[in-house]
Parts: sequence; structure tokens; C-alpha cells
Amino acid sequence: MGKLVIHKEKLTPEVIEQLIKVCPFGAIEYTDELSINSGCRMCKLCVKRGPQGAITYEEEKIQSINKDEWIGIAVFMEHDGHEIHPVSFELIGKAKELAKITHQSVMAVLMCEDATLFENEILSYGVDQLYIYEHPELSHFNVEKYTNCMENFINKVKPSVVLYGGTSTGRSFGPRVAARFHTGLTADCTILGMKENTDLIQNRPAFGGNIMASIVCPNTRPQMATVRYKIFPMPKKVVPTGKTTHMPITFSLKANANLLEVKLKEKIVDISEADVLVAVGRAFKSKDDLALAQELAELLGGQLACTRPMIECGLMDAKKQIGLSGRTVAPKLLITLGISGAVQFSAGMSGAQTVFSINQDKNAPIFDVCHYGLVGDAFKIVPELIKQIKIMKGVK
Amino acid sequence: MNIVTCIKQVPASSDVKVDPVTGVLIRDGNNTKMNPYDLYAIETALRIKEQTGAKVSTITMGPPSATTVLNESIWMGCDDASLLTDRKFAGADVVATSYTLSQGIKAMGDFDLIICGKQTTDGDTAQVGPEIAECLHIPHIAYVDKIIEVKEKSIVVSISMDKTVEIWEIQFPCLITVDKGIFTARLPSYKRSLEWAGYEIKQLTIQDMLDTDETHYGLKGSPTQVERMFPPTKNAEKVIWEQEDLAQAMANKLRDLKFL
Repeated sequence: MGKLVIHKEKLTPEVIEQLIKVCPFGAIEYTDELSINSGCRMCKLCVKRGPQGAITYEEEKIQSINKDEWIGIAVFMEHDGHEIHPVSFELIGKAKELAKITHQSVMAVLMCEDATLFENEILSYGVDQLYIYEHPELSHFNVEKYTNCMENFINKVKPSVVLYGGTSTGRSFGPRVAARFHTGLTADCTILGMKENTDLIQNRPAFGGNIMASIVCPNTRPQMATVRYKIFPMPKKVVPTGKTTHMPITFSLKANANLLEVKLKEKIVDISEADVLVAVGRAFKSKDDLALAQELAELLGGQLACTRPMIECGLMDAKKQIGLSGRTVAPKLLITLGISGAVQFSAGMSGAQTVFSINQDKNAPIFDVCHYGLVGDAFKIVPELIKQIKIMKGVK
Repeated sequence: MNIVTCIKQVPASSDVKVDPVTGVLIRDGNNTKMNPYDLYAIETALRIKEQTGAKVSTITMGPPSATTVLNESIWMGCDDASLLTDRKFAGADVVATSYTLSQGIKAMGDFDLIICGKQTTDGDTAQVGPEIAECLHIPHIAYVDKIIEVKEKSIVVSISMDKTVEIWEIQFPCLITVDKGIFTARLPSYKRSLEWAGYEIKQLTIQDMLDTDETHYGLKGSPTQVERMFPPTKNAEKVIWEQEDLAQAMANKLRDLKFL
């Protein structure tokens, strides 16, 4: 914890102008005197890149918690009453990696009506402890009831870290718990690491664009993060050795929001499960343009996907969007057409095994993340490619 | 009925470039707009107002220039607007932002329903809504895509999950975050901008809050710290083709990799 200090003696009109310019958030302003307003994100660029010594960062001593009292990595087990969401298992896999660094245990936390449905499967992914809150009132996710359970778990067990899947459920639940404990929750992490002092390193794309931020939560526990589905690989099953603990429910399960009805949606083919994807960006401006990409996708037995602008202009459905604000995909083959490759997009496809990218701009960031890059016009290359594939497949 | 919508001023473009020489973020700090997801929050509030005669207030935390987005909300049809602005709010992360907004909402008076956009385009966390609800000890439902019924003491909404649609009834006072596309947002009205020309937005500082303890706001009230920023990792083993017969090369490779 620290603060930014403005050194008035170093301010000249030039220095002031440079400082105002260096702040990407417009948080440095000058009216009667130079001040930092509430737009500040503490990126400290004014300290690092501004005129030497004009603004400095000063550490402030704050009351620190005893980190030795908070031990182990806990993973929230999300389910729909029938099966555990696979992102929960992916997080167990990552938690086991992180726990090795600090020699701590990995725990799973389950709230449900009937734990026998899930218990063996969870233990088979090698957690050391499974904590269960079992009650008919917990059959379906309810943010108030589940938060009360998690509060009880955190107070009783004192985990150092709690991880949630970055699903609709996890992204509604995590913030609630974070605010109750006044602790940090980093949304949509794409990389997690662990320091030896048990601080969790949480990396995520920042400021909507081409940069990553590394975030820590050094003075509060538990440290919490959400991670989208398919960011981390599915771990292998092991011979279960973990223990199960049934937690007594000694607190209220009353809620002011209640589920009236659950309707099944029409089953749609989900791009996050696809083996082959052809993704298009905003160079594709019409239905005809899309038909070209669609033909390539079909020839390869895959599906069409897209970037965020394609959703915003209404050409494609939101469920087809790859990226941090859309779906995370991990296909065997991904072909990107006319996509420049902002971090937000790349974060959603980093699990793809083979990536071909066609883009006219050879400096586009997509060429930093693909395996095979083709510098050229997709509208010229794709028709020819379709022709070649048809010849190879013996299609007329 | 009193409705509060929480809105935010965000950079007009989400494109942030990094100067390859100096490593400095290049962003035009002067070009800003209302977070697009907040338009849906305001529209939802105004639809409920048309149906029930509710009063709609907007609130934002930000620099004095954020009055722009509050004015826009007034011109769309909101009844009053408050700006939370104080140097002590600077450097706030999700928890501190949510706490500040919850204190601001308390300072504004009684409320029945708080509506937030599902996320902002600059932070993209989608966490502030649920955290405000927790700070105010009220229930919340996130990602609402339909308002089904507004009752006297509750609201019935639907949310879209991966495989299902869920219908929830939530008692007032409560908070909902609304998904894009719940309604088509109206444009600010020129007529209203003239009618409300003299309107002064309320400005609230830490002194107007119930809790005036500085350590709960801004940087001091923020548990998370950005340790460093770095460019994303690059794929070192890539192959880049720039020659003439790109399609042929790609087709051959696809065949070699057994995708054909």
C-alpha cells in the first residue's frame, strides 16, 4: 500500500504538461494546482515515465495480516444439480500446481442437495480435502445462500486462496464473497502464479487492450480470482486420497431472491466445444463475406466464430464470439481471417493447438500468437484455398 | 418507487497502444463516452418509470468531467444525478469503488431498485454491481436479459445461463445488472437538454458520506495492487509466409497436419 506524492517544488509549466500527457486515464489535472483525481488507477506511469521526481510513490506502513494463518487453495465446485462444471476441475489442476510451490493443500468446496452425485468425481481429481455443505435449500445456485456457506467456510478453514470459474455463476458469486471479506477478486485471470510468501500472482489483460497487468493482493486474505472455462487444461484423474468433511449448517439459508422456474434452452452448437473453428473480424462486412468463411469452415468440418465488433454490428450472434468477453475456445485447428489479434481476443484462444492467421498487416499482433501466419488479403487467399482443399479432397 | 442507476465515463476507444520505444501506454485521455452497457441500465430504469411512475436517479464516481455522462442520463429522461468526486477516491479498485458507490447511494436517500450495466468496457470485470449489493446488504441478480413483471414489493426477471433460462423473483430493495440488448436504448433528447439547461448536478465528497473514514476509500481502501504491466507473450515458433501462392502453402500444410 502506498500513495502518490506530488513534489510542488519540481513543477514547472513543462513538467505539468508532461505529467498530464503521461497519464493514460486523464487523472492528472491542473486547475489552481496540480492534483490527481479519482480517475487514477495507480498504474504509476507518472512515477516511472513522467519527469524525474515530480511525482513519487511512497510506501505506507499498514497493518499486515498474518499470512501463516491462511493456508491452502480452495476451489468452488460449480454445478447445475446434475454435473460439475468442467472449469472447476481445470481450476483444481491449476491449484495443485500452485500448491506445490508453497507446500499447501488443495481444497474443493461444494454446496448442493445431494453430495453423493459429485463426491467421487471431485476426489478423483486429487484434492486433499472436500468440504461439503449439503441441504435441500442448496440444490441450485442462489447467491445469498451460497455466500453464507462460503463465509462460513472461509471463517472456519481460512484458505489463502479461493478460485472460481469465470462463468455467469462464478462472476456473480465471487464479487459477493469479495465484498463481504473486503478482499481482492481479480476477474478473468489468464495466468496464475504463486510467490513463496503465498501471494497469488494474478495476470489478466488490462485496459481493454494490448497489455497485461500483474495483480497481487498482499495485505488481505483470502485472495480470490475468477478464470474462464478452457483457459487452463483439464487435469488427469488420479487415485483418490482426499478426505471429505461435511460442514454443519449453523447459519441462515434465507434469501430475498428466489428461483421460480428453469427452462431448457434449445441446444445450440457451442463454439467452445468445436475441434475446428474459422474466425472472422470486422473486415467481413456482409452476409456474402461471411458465406465465404462459412464455406471454408464447412469444408474443414468446423464452425464459424468471430471477434467482438462482429457482435456489436449485429452480423453474428454473441454466442459465436471468441475472446475474454465471449467464449474461450481450445480447438485443434483455428483459422483467423482478417483479425488483428487484440489481447482480449487472443486470451480467448490461447488454448488452440494449431492457429493459422491471414491478415494484411504484417505487424498485426495476431502474428505473435499464431503458428502459421499468412500476410495477405483474406478475400484473395480464401477462395483459392477453398479451391485447393476441394481438389485435395476430390470434391467438385 | 426510487430507482438508482450506476453509470461510468469510459475512454471512447478501448484501443490502447504501447509505444514500442518508451513502453508508455498511448491513449487519448480526453475522448470519453458513457460506458455503452450503462445505456441499457438507464433504458431499463426509464421503462420501469414509464410503467410505475418511479423516480430515476443516476450516480457515478469519477473526475469532475464525468458530469458529461450524468447530463446525458438526464437528457435521456432521468430525474436527478449525483457525482461522487474526491481526490480521496483516487486509485480505487473494485472493492473500494463498490464501497464508495454504495455509500453514495445511501447518502442519496431511500431506494428500491439499483440497476447497473453488466460491466464496463474499460475494466471489464463485471464485479462492481454484485459488490455494491453486498456492501448494501441487499440481494442481486446479475446478467438480467428480461424484465418480466414489476410488482409492488418485488421484480420478476429472467437470466440466460449456458444451457437454461432462469426466472427469478427478487424482493425490493435489490440490485440487478442488465445484459446488453435487454431494450434498445433511447437517444438523449434535445428538448430535454434545453429544459434541463440550468440543472446542477449534485456533487458528493467523502464529507457527505455516512462513513468518512478515509482508509475505506480510494487507494487506501483497495486490497489489490497492480505490480507491473507487461506486453503479452509472443509465440516464438511461428512461421510467417509472405510469398505469392499463400493459399497453396496453407492447403499443403493443412494436409500435412492431417486436417484434410
